[in-house]
Amino acid sequence: MLAKRIIPCLDVTAGRVVKGVSFVSLRDAGDPVEIAKRYDAQGADELTFLDITASSDDRGIIFRIIEQVASQVFIPLTVGGGVREVNDVRNLLNAGADKVSMNTQAVVNPQLVADAAARYGSQCIVVAIDAKQVAPNRWEVFTHGGRKATGLDVVAWAKNMQGLGAGEILLTSMDCDGQKKGFDLALTRAVTDALEIPVIASGGVGNLQHLADGVKLGGADAVLAASIFHFGEYTVPQAKRFMAEQGIEVRL
Amino acid sequence: MIAVVDYGMGNLRSVEQALRHVAPDASIVVTDDAKVIANASRVVFPGQGAMPDCMRELDSRNLREAVLQAARSKPFLGICIGLQMLFEHSEEGDVAGLGLLAGRVSRFAHGLQDAQGNRLKVPHMGWNQVHQKNHRLGDGSFALSPASGGKLDRGMSNSHALWNGIAQDARFYYVHSYFVQPDDASLIQATSDYPQPFVCAVAQENLFAVQFHPEKSHAAGLQLLQNFTQWNP
Repeated sequence: MLAKRIIPCLDVTAGRVVKGVSFVSLRDAGDPVEIAKRYDAQGADELTFLDITASSDDRGIIFRIIEQVASQVFIPLTVGGGVREVNDVRNLLNAGADKVSMNTQAVVNPQLVADAAARYGSQCIVVAIDAKQVAPNRWEVFTHGGRKATGLDVVAWAKNMQGLGAGEILLTSMDCDGQKKGFDLALTRAVTDALEIPVIASGGVGNLQHLADGVKLGGADAVLAASIFHFGEYTVPQAKRFMAEQGIEVRL
Repeated sequence: MIAVVDYGMGNLRSVEQALRHVAPDASIVVTDDAKVIANASRVVFPGQGAMPDCMRELDSRNLREAVLQAARSKPFLGICIGLQMLFEHSEEGDVAGLGLLAGRVSRFAHGLQDAQGNRLKVPHMGWNQVHQKNHRLGDGSFALSPASGGKLDRGMSNSHALWNGIAQDARFYYVHSYFVQPDDASLIQATSDYPQPFVCAVAQENLFAVQFHPEKSHAAGLQLLQNFTQWNP
C-alpha cells in the first residue's frame, strides 16, 4: 500500500538552511546541498525547500541551490517562497523542482493557482497555508510569513484551493511551529477530512511520537519536520522505524 | 543517443538528470524535433499534466508519427502520461490517445478507503509497492503473479529485463489520478494496490512503460533507468 511520507523541510535564506521559532529568531543549520544529500541518503521520501529570503535581490540563490540538489538527489523536490506569477513556477520547475508551493500569492491572486495547475498540472502545485487558531475549531489563514491576517477560514480556503487545481496542501500551524509540542491535530484532522487531495502536516514536531500522531490522529498523508532532523536529534530512519512499529505504512 | 521527447509538458529536466546520472557516457538529448527522435537509438517519452493538453501539445509539434514510429521500432520507455498516451482513450477530458495499445485510461473512484476504513486521497501521491510479474526470488522459487490472478508461477522465469536488480515489491514514487486498463492482460508487467490492484507497468517487444516516476524513485528508479539504457530487446 501507499506509504505515509516523511518530508524534511529546509528553510533557506542567503544560501543557508535556517530554522525559526514561531516564524522568528533564526538559527543556522548548514549548507542546503549538503543537508539535502544527507536526507536523501537517509531515505527521506521528499524534500521541501522554502525560500524565506526577504530581499528579491537574493532570489537567484535558490535557483542555484535547486539546480545543484536536483543533479544529485533523485526524490521529489518541492520549492516554495516568492512565487508571484506563472513564470516563476516555470523557472523553478526548469531549475529542477518537481512541485512548487504557493502561499501569500495564492491569497492575493487565486487565479495564479488555477493558471499554474492548468499549465503544469495539479501534481506540481502545492498550496501552503499558515493557520492560526482564532476560536475553538476555527482557524484563520495568515500570509506574508505569518504577519498578515486574511479573515479567511482555513478549511474553506483549502477546499477553494482544491477546487482551483491544487494537488496537495502544506498545512502549517503557526501556534505550534517551533514549539516542539506536536502538530495541531484538530486543525490537521479538520482540513484532511474536508479534502480529497493529500495534506502535509507541518509545525510543532519535537519527537517521533508527534510524527506518528500526525498520521494516526491528525489523518495527515505526509508529515513535515525540520529541527528534529537538522540538529541531529533524530534521523529519518529512526523516525520511519518508530512509525512502522506503530503500524504506519512507511518506505523503509 | 537517447532522446527525451519534449512536447512542452512536465518536468523533463528530472528525467534528463537521472539519465545522465545512470549513463554518464551516453548522449542524452531533450528534443521536440521529429528527426532527432527518428535518429535516436533509444527514446524516453515522459509526461506530466492533463492528457488533453499533452495530446494537443504533441500534435502541435507534429510529433505523433515520430513517437509512434519509435514505440514500434526501438527501445522505448513511457513514463506516467507517457504510458497513458499510448492507449486508445482516456477518461481525462474524454480524449483519444495514440492508440498503440488497446485499452482505456480511467480515474480512481471517489471515496476510496483502505482496509482500516481510512480515506484514500486522489491524486495517488507517494511511494507505493510495485508487484512485478514473474519475479524470480533469490531462493529459486517464484513470486505470486497478480496478473495471473494470484496463481503461483513456476518453471522458467520470464521476468522482464527492466526489473533486473530491483527487489520484488520495491517502492516507487507516484503522482497520478488516472491509471491504464489494457485489453490484453499479457502486456502487464507489474501492478500496485490503491486499494485495488491497478496496472503500473506494461511491455510489448521493444516498449516498456510505467505509471510511476523512476526519475524520482531513488535507487530503485535509477536501477530501472539504467536497465533501460542497457536494454537490447
